[in-house]
Amino acid sequence: MSNTILSIKDIHKSFDHVTALDGMSFDIHEGQITAIVGDNGSGKSTLIKILSGNIAPDKGSISIDGTDYSSFNINQTLKLGIRTVYQDLSLDNHKNSWENVFLGSECMRGPFLNKSYMRSETLKLIDKLNLHLPDIDLPIRNLSGGQRQGLAIARALRSACRILLLDEPTSAMGIKESHMTMELLKHLRADGITQLLVSHNIYHVFDVADRIIVVKAGKCVADVYTEHSSPERIHDMLLEYEHREVSR
Amino acid sequence: MKSLFKKHASVWILIIFCLILSVFLANRNHAFFSLKNLVNILESTSYRTLLAIGMTFIIASGAIDLSIGSVLSLSAILTALCLHQGLPVWLCVIIGLASGGLMGAINGVLIHLTRINALIITLATSYIFRGVALIITLGSPITKMPQAFLKFGSGDIFGMEAGVTMAILALLIAFPIMYQTKWGHYLTGLGGNALALKRAGVRIGFYRIGCFIGMGLLAALAGIIITSRLNSAEPNAGLDMEMYAITAVIMGGTPLSGGKAELAGTAVAVFLLGLIRNGLTILSVSSYYQQFITGTLLLIAVIVAELNERKNRIA
Repeated sequence: MSNTILSIKDIHKSFDHVTALDGMSFDIHEGQITAIVGDNGSGKSTLIKILSGNIAPDKGSISIDGTDYSSFNINQTLKLGIRTVYQDLSLDNHKNSWENVFLGSECMRGPFLNKSYMRSETLKLIDKLNLHLPDIDLPIRNLSGGQRQGLAIARALRSACRILLLDEPTSAMGIKESHMTMELLKHLRADGITQLLVSHNIYHVFDVADRIIVVKAGKCVADVYTEHSSPERIHDMLLEYEHREVSR
Repeated sequence: MKSLFKKHASVWILIIFCLILSVFLANRNHAFFSLKNLVNILESTSYRTLLAIGMTFIIASGAIDLSIGSVLSLSAILTALCLHQGLPVWLCVIIGLASGGLMGAINGVLIHLTRINALIITLATSYIFRGVALIITLGSPITKMPQAFLKFGSGDIFGMEAGVTMAILALLIAFPIMYQTKWGHYLTGLGGNALALKRAGVRIGFYRIGCFIGMGLLAALAGIIITSRLNSAEPNAGLDMEMYAITAVIMGGTPLSGGKAELAGTAVAVFLLGLIRNGLTILSVSSYYQQFITGTLLLIAVIVAELNERKNRIA
């Protein structure tokens, strides 16, 4: 088994009287794609927000390479090599592709932006990731969903990335674009990038993930390897847990 | 060439409008094309240019500042009070500028911490700053400035008032800041998607507050120039200046929703508004028509910008 790169221990998070995470614990192994599946409101996105430093947990700890953190902010996660592709992609529609790829970590030449360097580095990056963007100098507002997703992933991978968090990467995409994104994730796994993928599309998850963690009401209810399971079984698990909850 | 026109369409349209208007005015009155009249237009638009530059940064960042007229007035009053205390002119100017920066910082901090719309916050602070100016002066202007101070804004540089040189200098500094540095990049980013900027690890509060401080400094500089030119600091100075600056920015092609900036458009729009004012004077048209024309131009600019934005969204 590969090394544990990230360990989540007994994480709790509530918003007023609503419990989003209720003692969630699991490990992420290096070089694998771990998927978290669950219904709406199961706590998946809250977990991503905690791991990306957007919000702090009420209780519990997160261990990265053996170092425990009770919480961290966005800048700390970036320093630790945690990169996030948010569900809304967090792109600026007014800026062009290379400006988005370098957003927040611009290259400078003295006090001025080194635009030619950022442009050429972006071209190299999109070539490496096999992305097809029409013109990297135009504002990105006219790119397709798949192209925008690819751009958000390119931004995440521009600097050293140890763990890539992906929040519902195919939620707003068609079949062809979803396939493109899934292929890109497989390509990244082949490059050794550890990924934590949040999705409620069980079939997409089975296409790319090595391991699946099923969450319900803020708790992990199952942790299985895809090779030992099937989409139907995961589907049944989610329903079974729901029936159990209703019958209580 | 075609892409350059398309990219800066608003600027080119304004330039064409300026040319047409100039030819029309020159035909009606030959004095229009005289150097004296051109200098007159530049001098009357100098401090308005400063305000419009600052407002371009503010609007590009997705905010708005309705307090600049009041900041202008209170800074001018504080500078005049310091001058009357016998302090050196350079120190009074620095105090005036610092007070403008402080008022800008108050706006920025309030907007950042409370997350209340900038329009509401600056509307409230505009009344507060104007109120303080009126309380200090009891509504009366402060006059009789020292001779050295009168040279500050109205002194002669290259045959023009110093205010014109300052406005040109401010434009020359603003261009690289807006388009070549992190500051401009992040300010338009604030207007484009502030959350994306925050998630990218950028301290958005720093840039938001910094932008308002810059606006405060420019408003204070405009106030000092006006005081120097008129030899009087008035508590009611700068009334409606925010509307003038907003009009120039929107006409220039910067979208009210922020995300991008068209500084060249702002500069041409300020000049065009100055040209209209000058033209009305030359044609002996009542000044009452000025507001009507300015309002009409703003309405047209906003409708054109909105239609253009919708077209882009659909595309």
